[in-house]
Amino acid sequence: MAFLELDRVGKQFGSQTVVEDFSLAVERGEFISFLGPSGCGKTTTLQMIAGFLEPSRGAIRLDGRDLTKVHPAKRGLGIVFQSYALFPHMTAAENVAFGLEMRGVKREDRAKRVSAALVMVGLAGFEERYPRRMSGGQQQRVALARALVIQPSVLLLDEPLSNLDAKLREDMQIELRQIQRTIGTTTILVTHDQNEAMSLSDRIVVMSQGKIEQIGTPQQTYERPASAFVSQFLGKTNDFAATIDRTAQPARLVAGSWHAPAPAGVSGAVTISLRPERISFADAGLAAKIITRIFQGNHWLFQCETECGPAIVIRQNDGTPQPTEGEAVRLAWRVEDMSLRTSGGAA
Amino acid sequence: MTAATDASTQAASSETRAPWALTLPALMLFVGVLVIPLLMTVMLSFHDWGQYKGIEPVFILKNWQEIASDPYYAEMFWRTFRIALLATLITAVLGAPEAYILNRMSGRWKGIFLLLILGPLLISVVARTLGWALLFGGNNGLVNKLLMSLGLIRAPLPFMFTETGMVVALAHVMMPFMVLSVWAALQRVDPQIENAAMSLGAGAFTIIRRIILPQIIPGVLSGAIIVFSLSASAFATPAIIGGRRLKVAATLAYDEFLNTLNWPLGAAVAVLLLLALVLIVVGSNALIERRYAEVFR
Repeated sequence: MAFLELDRVGKQFGSQTVVEDFSLAVERGEFISFLGPSGCGKTTTLQMIAGFLEPSRGAIRLDGRDLTKVHPAKRGLGIVFQSYALFPHMTAAENVAFGLEMRGVKREDRAKRVSAALVMVGLAGFEERYPRRMSGGQQQRVALARALVIQPSVLLLDEPLSNLDAKLREDMQIELRQIQRTIGTTTILVTHDQNEAMSLSDRIVVMSQGKIEQIGTPQQTYERPASAFVSQFLGKTNDFAATIDRTAQPARLVAGSWHAPAPAGVSGAVTISLRPERISFADAGLAAKIITRIFQGNHWLFQCETECGPAIVIRQNDGTPQPTEGEAVRLAWRVEDMSLRTSGGAA
Repeated sequence: MTAATDASTQAASSETRAPWALTLPALMLFVGVLVIPLLMTVMLSFHDWGQYKGIEPVFILKNWQEIASDPYYAEMFWRTFRIALLATLITAVLGAPEAYILNRMSGRWKGIFLLLILGPLLISVVARTLGWALLFGGNNGLVNKLLMSLGLIRAPLPFMFTETGMVVALAHVMMPFMVLSVWAALQRVDPQIENAAMSLGAGAFTIIRRIILPQIIPGVLSGAIIVFSLSASAFATPAIIGGRRLKVAATLAYDEFLNTLNWPLGAAVAVLLLLALVLIVVGSNALIERRYAEVFR
């Protein structure tokens, strides 16, 4: 049985449904991300696990025990808030010690565990600092140490990195992953940043409008998006309208001047979904014209106008000459790099 | 070359003069209506006065010696500050929880109750104090009548012309200042902080005592300074509840000015009250700032 189980959890505020039919099984030690745009219900779901909100429907079980009946103070979960919610009138050490104090840990033992936690997050020597006198990154680390020192069964992170600048955020991502790997705490991260979700998680739960769109590893959700929403949300994507031509022998999948053998079991109008970095310039294929060419250091970004509408192409800057603006090109890709959806269908 | 330097020095000097020129109207008003009358009051307190000769513009210490030697004044000042302190304590004990509850209310109710708390500020202090007189004033007071007819008390509760009455009425009048001050402090508290404490295992009482209270103490203290200084210098409420029998510094100064016509003595009382208040307020403010400097800025 899974360690943390959410069984068809739903939340309603008045007549408004915020989370619907949310089912998820988290294994011990797993790092899970709830990914979605703001208002998709990811924070609400986290708050239901934490106990700050009561689910309207469904059950949440931790280690087989019904969590919804347990008071939030007794759940033993570690939470890092978006605003960090540090106690401003306490020093870093006092902040971290608070949870231990509530658990009745003896003074000497407490001091040892507090300094160990601060060392772990790289804040040795900051014991007597007040939060106001620390940088955003340091406050973040105190919040993490405070949540981890109580040895929580599950660590909940509510957009913990969104208030940090880009460089610091990347550093913290790496550090967060390392700490999580070392101590092996089951972790749930709420984020709207797809890069953050992909670089940190074992599995990603992509959410939209209160519903789960897809659950899968970062690779699965990126390479094989289950819906148009997932492919749009997880990075840039190209959609080409295509048809299956059963009159040809053998049957062909056709998008403009590009064609490939038709896959079995599909017919009529379909949409080809394709990541920009999987398209290459070739001698034959979809006819296109380069509209703009942008140099981005390690790669080139091309905006093209094709027979099937606008498209984005990304090519590695590997030193080979690239087509220039206004040039007519042909776009090609491997069949296994695209995903196919029947047009108008749900998936 | 020289012309250019001249122009630039001129520009520089007009730049330094401009702020002064711009603040001049306000400065003149400030000096004219506050500083000059205050200085005149201080000077007045050193003048002589007699029943038949009136005010004599001489420099003597008679009024100050009288205040220092006559225990009547010491008692009166002691009463003034005792009443103000008690009123401040009551507003703090009742007002801080009131602000906390107000802050936790949902949108619509918060608006209604905030209006209820601030509403009394729109009504004159005299009207609000007279309300207490109507409820408790002697045998005819509404509450006294009710309690007596119910047989709960034999004699009317003493309220008018008592210190208790003054403290209660002052606490009521000053309550909005305390609630607003604490409320402002609560606005700065992270809304997630209670959840954070709860997730770490703290119960409701611990959260209030260990997390919320320490963060709103500066608000309570600044509210206390406002309430204390307003209560110590209050006139209308002590005048109505305390009347002639129970005088405080403000009503005494008033009586010296308008009834006895001993302006110099009234001025000395007023100046002493002002000095004592400034000392208390500045002193406690410095204490608070030093105590909480590290944590709140």
